[in-house]
Amino acid sequence: MTTDLTRATADYAVRLGDDALILGHRLSEWCSNGPFLEEDLALTNVALDYIGRARMFLGYGAQLIGGDCTEDTLAYQRDCREFTNLLINELPRGDFAFTMARQYLLDEHALLFLEALQGSSDAELAAIATKAIKETRYHLRRSREWMLRLGDGTEESRRRLQQALEDIWGYLPELFAMDELERELLAAGIAVDREALEAPWRRAVSATFAETDVTLPADGWRVDGGRTGYHTEHLGHLLSELQFVQRAYPGCQW
Amino acid sequence: MTQHMKLYEVFIRSRRGLDHKHVGSLHAEDPEQALEYARDVYTRRSEGVSIWVVNSSDIHASQEGDCESFYDPLDDKPYRHATHYQLPDKVNNM
Amino acid sequence: MTNDSSPNEQQLEAAFQARIDAEEKIEPKDWMPERYRKNLIRQISQHAHSEVIGMQPEGNWITRAPTLHRKAVLLAKVQDECGHGLYLYSATETLGITREELIEALHSGAAKYASIFNYPSLTWADIGAIGWLVDGAAIVNQVSLQRTSYGPYARGMVRICKEESFHQRQGYHIMMTLMQGSDEQRAMAQDAVNRFWWPSLMMFGPHDAESAHSAQSMTWKIKRQSNDELRQKFVDQSVEQAEVIGLTLPDPDLKWNEERGHYDFGEIDWDEFNRVISGSGPCNRQRIAHHVAAHEDGAWVREAIAAHEAKKQQRASKAA
Repeated sequence: MTTDLTRATADYAVRLGDDALILGHRLSEWCSNGPFLEEDLALTNVALDYIGRARMFLGYGAQLIGGDCTEDTLAYQRDCREFTNLLINELPRGDFAFTMARQYLLDEHALLFLEALQGSSDAELAAIATKAIKETRYHLRRSREWMLRLGDGTEESRRRLQQALEDIWGYLPELFAMDELERELLAAGIAVDREALEAPWRRAVSATFAETDVTLPADGWRVDGGRTGYHTEHLGHLLSELQFVQRAYPGCQW
Repeated sequence: MTQHMKLYEVFIRSRRGLDHKHVGSLHAEDPEQALEYARDVYTRRSEGVSIWVVNSSDIHASQEGDCESFYDPLDDKPYRHATHYQLPDKVNNM
Repeated sequence: MTNDSSPNEQQLEAAFQARIDAEEKIEPKDWMPERYRKNLIRQISQHAHSEVIGMQPEGNWITRAPTLHRKAVLLAKVQDECGHGLYLYSATETLGITREELIEALHSGAAKYASIFNYPSLTWADIGAIGWLVDGAAIVNQVSLQRTSYGPYARGMVRICKEESFHQRQGYHIMMTLMQGSDEQRAMAQDAVNRFWWPSLMMFGPHDAESAHSAQSMTWKIKRQSNDELRQKFVDQSVEQAEVIGLTLPDPDLKWNEERGHYDFGEIDWDEFNRVISGSGPCNRQRIAHHVAAHEDGAWVREAIAAHEAKKQQRASKAA
């Protein structure tokens, strides 16, 4: 690989790592707050999968960057503007409907994305995808069932689910947007073509919600910015929590 | 919650070739959800290759009072047990 | 069968005690004295509530764990506590009480949980101290309970002990790493031990002579070793562990007693013990409020599940 391509691959691995880390953080906030014990345990299992995924992507990114860079310097020593996760992942966990709706929409996307990433010419990224896709199949099975339960359950659960979809909808286009970095890596056979995922994603999502009494919002508003470090205000607070110990006691081993 | 979520008994086969073994119970809405929760609750260290879930109310158990007629008749057939047969030391781990 | 030929309460109780004396397990469908059942429900549910409330002080640091590895370990550990709570609720439910009733008893204050969880986790070192000392003390107790007379409780304990083996080790590893670190880190570790040592000793409960439930529980073999025996065991094992990494246990009276073959240690502050149990610990109110809030926030989810299930049944019966 040329130096430029190595650096681009590193950035790509880091953004995928940021996606996993930030979503994993939000999911981990459910620990001891779930609606009942079985679900508390299941949700934190998903959180644990995402923390693991973050470590794989960030670890690989750090390896490509070289020097003193590690998964932990990436996670704990960058500020808001340097984080490149998708905005949808950093939104506060909200109520259970919001968390599960976001999870379902992301799981459908992750399945398609990881399937494609398995074919990456970068062997390490392909290997991470192969491991992660097994987890995602299970996540999707769970989150899809929750859409059916909440979308069919009570007046209140339908209302909450509908509201969650409305609040999330404008953050979804970012999932399918290609920027210069990803286009360059796509040409090199390394990155996934996000644009190609949108049609199958829409088919899957429409099929699920057709089985419920909620309606998919119309496309309209959209917010982008995660990949360029232009975040919502929520991320700064998340990072101040995530990074507190390392920031307060710099240069230590933990 | 227990008013509406059913109680399921969970059985896990830890390795191919072994029996499913009762490990505990949990609450779930339906068998599919029970299977998923059983995976998260009882196999966090990959303890299982196969899970059964059974509605607790579907289990019919023998009663304490039936004990004598159920099991005592089996007590007088020690020849059904391998330990009944004393063999020479050399082959005793048969 | 006439009433005359069926065994009376006294005979049943004698047979029950004979079974226990013979080290046989009692199983859910067996006849058991009502007091045995009540005592078990009290003890197992208290144990279950402790696991669940115990998620809070440790969960408090999941989002702030200082490395991704530590974060994953802590999350897995707190998740284990959740699972252990669930195993124990299951064991309690075999005694004919529902989980909903158990949760209500926790919220109303009728049921207790381990007092140790009413102390706050203030620094990262507290996560180390909780793993090393609090889990360490819990494991000493739980290893003993693997031989408890009630089958489902004993089996739950076997499972829990197997899973908990890494909990204490990860806590000790955190403390060890801190003690090898900067002055500030060492001070943080020592401060955590200073705050958690005595409450960990209190986890074993009052002295045997003053323990309300002890004598009967020992006869029924619900408890297999006395509070003081278990506490001594924990002290003996902790002293060397502290020394190895350079931590000082905050007890000037702690010293080896050659004659007894055990460490002597100072008297527990029983006033503090009673204060915390009766509601004046630093976090009692927050712990219950947190649990109540999560439970109430989840009510609509549980209702949605029930409604969905009912509709599914209805659709199925219509189709049939």
